Amino acid sequence: MEEKPNQATELLELSSGKAEHVYYWHCGYYTSRFLLGLRDQTTILGVRCSACGRVYVPPREVCGRCFKTMNEWVDLGTEGTIYAFTVVKLPYVDPNTGLPIKVPRTDIYVQFDGADTRLMHWLDEGDETKIKVGARVKAVFKKERRGTIHDIEYFTQV
Amino acid sequence: MAKRTAIVGVGQTNHTSKRRDVNGQELINEAVKRALADAGLTLRDIDAFVIGNMDHFEGINCVDGWSIDGSGAYMKPIMKVTTGGSTGGTLGSSAYYHVASGLFDVVMAIGWEKNSESDTQAAISTCADPILERDFFGGAIGPNAAEYAMYMKQYGASQEDAAMVAVRDHNNALNNPYAHLRKFITVEEVMNSPMLCYPIKLLDSCPRSDGACAVIYASEDRAPKIAPRPAWIHATAVSHDYVYFGDYDWEAMPTLEATASRVYKRAGITNPLKDIDVMELYLPFSTCGVVWMEHMWVCERGESPKLIRKGVFNMEGELPVNPSGGVLSTNPIGATALIRIGEAALQVMGKADDRQVPNVRTAMATAFGSCYWFEATILRSTMS
Repeated sequence: MEEKPNQATELLELSSGKAEHVYYWHCGYYTSRFLLGLRDQTTILGVRCSACGRVYVPPREVCGRCFKTMNEWVDLGTEGTIYAFTVVKLPYVDPNTGLPIKVPRTDIYVQFDGADTRLMHWLDEGDETKIKVGARVKAVFKKERRGTIHDIEYFTQV
Repeated sequence: MAKRTAIVGVGQTNHTSKRRDVNGQELINEAVKRALADAGLTLRDIDAFVIGNMDHFEGINCVDGWSIDGSGAYMKPIMKVTTGGSTGGTLGSSAYYHVASGLFDVVMAIGWEKNSESDTQAAISTCADPILERDFFGGAIGPNAAEYAMYMKQYGASQEDAAMVAVRDHNNALNNPYAHLRKFITVEEVMNSPMLCYPIKLLDSCPRSDGACAVIYASEDRAPKIAPRPAWIHATAVSHDYVYFGDYDWEAMPTLEATASRVYKRAGITNPLKDIDVMELYLPFSTCGVVWMEHMWVCERGESPKLIRKGVFNMEGELPVNPSGGVLSTNPIGATALIRIGEAALQVMGKADDRQVPNVRTAMATAFGSCYWFEATILRSTMS
């Protein structure tokens, strides 16, 4: 590379500061209905495509494969199996809080009976030797529910 | 009539963990100058630019305009392309589309990142749905870790199988002067490195790097005059199938299978293990180097660990993978997939120096990112 003239005597690095910038995400009818199902019925709702028959959880308006609007709601209950999991041990920064996450934290993909996609959530077990792909799990709901995905506190192996 | 298109020049920075001596524009400029020098061109020869990164890492959203001084696109057509980790692959495809359309003769693709300017995992987590999935996403590592936990259960594969991929890529990087991590490692060291997200450990994982890469694409009218042995593009493909991470079918890996099938078909490849001479694959974790080979039709389901143990994908093996050291040794995210294309092109052009695989006629590069979005490119030494 060519020689660079006018070298500075010091290399500076500037921080962006402690800016707080809050987003307000719109849930729409489908995600709202799903979250209200958690809050008011303590159950997990999916939606079925009338064209291909696939049941989606989380529910959404359009089946991407068929490009069809879905209207048939399905109550998936609160039990499923572990499709896949990881135990997070790296305390990375949560982009929503700016704080390091608490570890170990187990993220799971829950396969509900009668659904074709999986729901992501947490498992209350931080030891990977005690977790099995295919194990039965059950949602544990919070007492105080606000209509968020965290109305489910975590899943637990049954 | 579409124009045949070839890569005629590649430039990249000496990638490292933190470049406090340059800002983003200056980092980009290093790669641009090196690509021009490699092709023997001047800025005047470049008709248009595509540039990309992953905005959240630097918190700068207007890189196309903001970097004009460094990129050289002053008063010329430039557009920003960003698709997460696969940005570099999309940049390559975009430059190819520009030239193949016949509207531009010589186009430069630029990918860059300064990962050191923010928290990488926090920035990557913003690619997961904020209402339903972000809190369970596990940074960039989570989904791939879960994928391998599932694969081990299905096929009886082990963490050591993945560690052998880590050893291969890390040790290949010793031959690449541009690689970020250049340190000899052993399977034992991988196995003893700290667990990040079970079953992925530190040495199974890509680093976060500061770096940039620029690749020059030229039409059939110009390419043979610019480069003695251009790397001709025979196929590109991209596929993306879902909204949520929970939607992805890891047993079938439909986006990777569709992407690989499409480029093989377009390039007339029926047996990738025999028909392709070298691969530069976007493997962000060693585990991906086990699972994904099977979904690229290189071998049968569950067979990958056996081929890895036989050394099939080593430098002296039947199908060398990642002579550059791959993503495990270098990962400036917006540049990473373009480096794969650039390195594959260098192999075809016979300019890969100490990491050159002998007699490369056909090379493949892939990109992975966003939400299991895959891209692939097939390059050949012959135009048709």
